[in-house]
Amino acid sequence: MYPNEFRYTKEHEWIKVEGDEGVVGITDFAQHQLGDIIFVELPAVGKELAPRQSIGVVESVKSVSDVYAPVPGVVTAVNEALGATADLLNKDPHGQGWIVRIKIKDKKDVEALLSAGDYEKYLEGLEH
Amino acid sequence: MKKTRFNELHHKLGGKMIEFCGWEMPVEYSGIIPEHMAVRTKAGLFDVSHMGEVMVTGKDALKYVQWLTPNDAGKLVPGQVQYTALMTPESAFVDDMLVYCMGPEEYFLVVNAANDDKDFAWIAGHTKGFDVKVEHQSDATSQLALQGPLAETILQPLTDIDLAAMKSFHWAKGKVLGKACLVSRTGYTGEDGFEIYTTDPEPQVIWSTLIEKGGPLGLLPIGLGARDTLRLESKLMLYGNDISDKTTVLEANLKWIVKLDKGDFLGKPVIEKQLREGLTRKLVGFELVEPGVARPHYPVYYKGQKVAEVASGTFSPLLKKPIGLVYLPIDGTAVGTEFEVEIRGKRTKARVIPTPFYKRAK
Repeated sequence: MYPNEFRYTKEHEWIKVEGDEGVVGITDFAQHQLGDIIFVELPAVGKELAPRQSIGVVESVKSVSDVYAPVPGVVTAVNEALGATADLLNKDPHGQGWIVRIKIKDKKDVEALLSAGDYEKYLEGLEH
Repeated sequence: MKKTRFNELHHKLGGKMIEFCGWEMPVEYSGIIPEHMAVRTKAGLFDVSHMGEVMVTGKDALKYVQWLTPNDAGKLVPGQVQYTALMTPESAFVDDMLVYCMGPEEYFLVVNAANDDKDFAWIAGHTKGFDVKVEHQSDATSQLALQGPLAETILQPLTDIDLAAMKSFHWAKGKVLGKACLVSRTGYTGEDGFEIYTTDPEPQVIWSTLIEKGGPLGLLPIGLGARDTLRLESKLMLYGNDISDKTTVLEANLKWIVKLDKGDFLGKPVIEKQLREGLTRKLVGFELVEPGVARPHYPVYYKGQKVAEVASGTFSPLLKKPIGLVYLPIDGTAVGTEFEVEIRGKRTKARVIPTPFYKRAK
């Protein structure tokens, strides 16, 4: 369920490292909790992200949630497809439903995040 | 938290449970959008046992109901139901409610869960001078709502009541799956459908059989999330959002439930004054013109001034656009008027549009 090459946060974001950049999205658990996602507010390309800064807002029919930068960096691209098809976050949260790409400031920050196994254990704790 | 008699069944169906007005209730099962669309196109089953019920009986029952409400309960014959309100002397809302005429000296009132105890206290507190008995029946009563175009098809084989003969806003007593029930052709979704009341201590078989028989036809169990989006598309009022003890019946655009020729009733002098002098604000429907969702309490600006907060607001699953209700100054209430809703610090364009947002084809 949760890809091994990703790293995760306890706030249910994931990051996948590709060179100096990272692709960021929300986890399958998060999309399931939010329900039907209908709108995503994206940041501007070039925006500098401090640790745990909001990179956008995800709205489902019922709720509004911030999505935070898993690690500091600079936004290099946003997933424009979400403008018309926000439900990609529900349908393919770990793939086509990515939210932003960031230039990672320090890869050590990524290493400090949860592995897939640790995240799954963390979820088990939440569900019980 | 209080639990309805169907609580275990919601857990079994995987309902996401939340606290609502002191009750543990399902907010969704399969998702708000699929549940919403099931009600619009097939059928949906709601547990609404958290609603409040009050029985009014006695020689003065009609006179008393007439005093407490703006609509004309005197027009009702046994077997009919009416949408009305409990009014304050200011013609604001203690609550909105349904009145069931059970007999010439017997009226059954169905009120909101959020107001159940407050309403009963209000009702019981106004009996002086009337020969009536009021009885709080909320705990003993379970209520299900079966809504959607297939509601009659699904329910008819399970009841001895002739549903085809039941007109909208009428009720009948009979058996549903062997349980004594009162069934009315009413609801809170804008679709055809029924509400089923029973005081049977074990009503679970009604829920589980409706799910079992309706499932293959597209029936889904529906949570509070879709209940809210369905009622808002049809512009049915939600107490606490759209109406409250701070909004008058005329401001809420509910003049159709006010019958001034029926005699005196609580709030009538204020209604007459507002009719003479005109309103300063009125509840209107709107859509956002720019992307976003307008949520309740978001600030609303008209002609550059903050004038209100969003009353109700959501994303309409059927119309696939953000819609809402807001009290605007009277000069801003014409269809087409533009104003702004502040969403996370950003002013977003909105426009007054006709309501209801959705009306079912008959």
